[in-house]
Amino acid sequence: MIDLKSLTIKKARLALDNKEFTAVELAQAYLDEIKNKNNELNVYLEVYDDVLEQAQVADVMIKDGKSFPLLGIPLAIKDVILIKGRHVSSASKILENYIASYDATVIEKLKKQGVVFLGRTNTDEFAMGGSTENSAYGVTKNPYDTSRVAGGSSGGSVVAVAANLALGSLGSDTGGSVREPSAFCGTVGFKPTYGRVSRHGLIAMGSSLDCIGQIAKNTEDAKIIFDAVTGHDPMDSTSFNDDTYPSYKEKKDMVVGIPWSLVNSEGVDAKVKENFNQSIKKLESLGFKMKDISIKNLDIALAIYYIIMPAEASTNLARFDGVRYGLHKDGSNLLEDYMLTKGVGFGKEVRRRILLGTYVLSHGYYDAYYGKAQAVRNVLIKEFDRVFKDIDIIATPTAPFVAWKIGEKSDPVSVWLADIFTITANMVGVPAVSIPSGFSEVEGKNLPLGIQFMAPHGAEDLLFEVGKKFEEVR
Amino acid sequence: MELKDVENLANLARIELDEEEKKSLLTDMQGILEYVKQIESVEVEDIEPDYKVHNVWREDTLEPRNFSKELILEQFPDTQDNFLKVKKIL
Repeated sequence: MIDLKSLTIKKARLALDNKEFTAVELAQAYLDEIKNKNNELNVYLEVYDDVLEQAQVADVMIKDGKSFPLLGIPLAIKDVILIKGRHVSSASKILENYIASYDATVIEKLKKQGVVFLGRTNTDEFAMGGSTENSAYGVTKNPYDTSRVAGGSSGGSVVAVAANLALGSLGSDTGGSVREPSAFCGTVGFKPTYGRVSRHGLIAMGSSLDCIGQIAKNTEDAKIIFDAVTGHDPMDSTSFNDDTYPSYKEKKDMVVGIPWSLVNSEGVDAKVKENFNQSIKKLESLGFKMKDISIKNLDIALAIYYIIMPAEASTNLARFDGVRYGLHKDGSNLLEDYMLTKGVGFGKEVRRRILLGTYVLSHGYYDAYYGKAQAVRNVLIKEFDRVFKDIDIIATPTAPFVAWKIGEKSDPVSVWLADIFTITANMVGVPAVSIPSGFSEVEGKNLPLGIQFMAPHGAEDLLFEVGKKFEEVR
Repeated sequence: MELKDVENLANLARIELDEEEKKSLLTDMQGILEYVKQIESVEVEDIEPDYKVHNVWREDTLEPRNFSKELILEQFPDTQDNFLKVKKIL
């Protein structure tokens, strides 16, 4: 019996290479566990029916003496990344039966390594949400307390790892969608620098914000997945080269910048603040120095995010009109086709954001909202450049509260407030990671918490080093 | 914001809404706009972002792409002679 609970990608690689078990046995172990838990947790929208065949191919590669870091490793993929010939739907009715006609670049890279794709995981519809409650196929439950949300939008991918239903997964992170659920469910959630990982084949939400993120049990595993999918891609015009940004090395006397005014603000739960303070002490024990930092317009970052992102999303979702693919509702003319298809195909949160985006981009409002939001964004980018001259990384809690009860937050803005610490990394484009930092006991259950680190553009290595160090002392 | 504004936006976005949905969205939108309105009070200097400029266009030459034309054609709701068929536009 393979012990999935204690298994990591690194351990599995050794075991596979030492012939302790085969890729087929490993894949079967996950399929069995998925059978036990998926009905309750609602992690996978689809478990692929050819998992064992994929594993057999990996076993042949291993027998032939090949060894890649992810060869034979079972991963879960968020339902927003295209795998050729397989269904992908962004957890929406409007793409319910859509079949991908090409592989996303990240998938091509993983296929080359002989990864075993277990299935596609649940997400908020079109990645719009912070709880996976907005999926058209039901919510994903938090394995630490199944009456609570897993977080979102990559709730499925995160719980796949947290509940031992996959050894690692890919998610997407536009405002925190890999980091926030990771904090809620005790996984490592990594968001690369914008442009570091190709977006070709990722169903677009906010094109200037989207990143494909990596989710794993620990920092080392997250780095293994990251290394496999990173790289310049001519198919993504926003992807950059290895030499675009300088590389960063961890140095002696690292300085951690903390925006205390935001961390101590009213909307942040007392238990989150307590846990964060404990984490800071642990960082100090590592020899890190703490520094209070002040970033202009940080307090308004969430508001401008909810102007820029819906604007970009409303544009990106215009393509879902029933003309070339997806749900098609027939009206008496072309306009009616559009109105009916979108009317039936899009869920509530998606409609809200499309309408909001349409509003801020419309005549008379463009300059006051979108134009101004982009100007504020430019200030934020300059501010981050400025503070990174005196500090090495920024630390905050990942989320201002623990996972809430399913259905508890009915006001859309109240869910958006969960992103308060995470969105800045997407606005500015810097890499960020959420590392599990402890638990908060609520109603007899231990709910995970996370600490978030942000580094300058291109400094993923720094985040992996700091993450690993923090894991050793937490 | 009023109901007719929601109707106008829904029309621009080509989404058909029933009366109840319109009312519900109006409440949502009013709450949301209350929140994002904060931006009006912010003073911003016009900062030019630092651009790293490089050419991402490729040459106009035939390059192989790995996608399935069959899957694309199969998913057209209506086709004729391998063309996508749509209702009249004009």
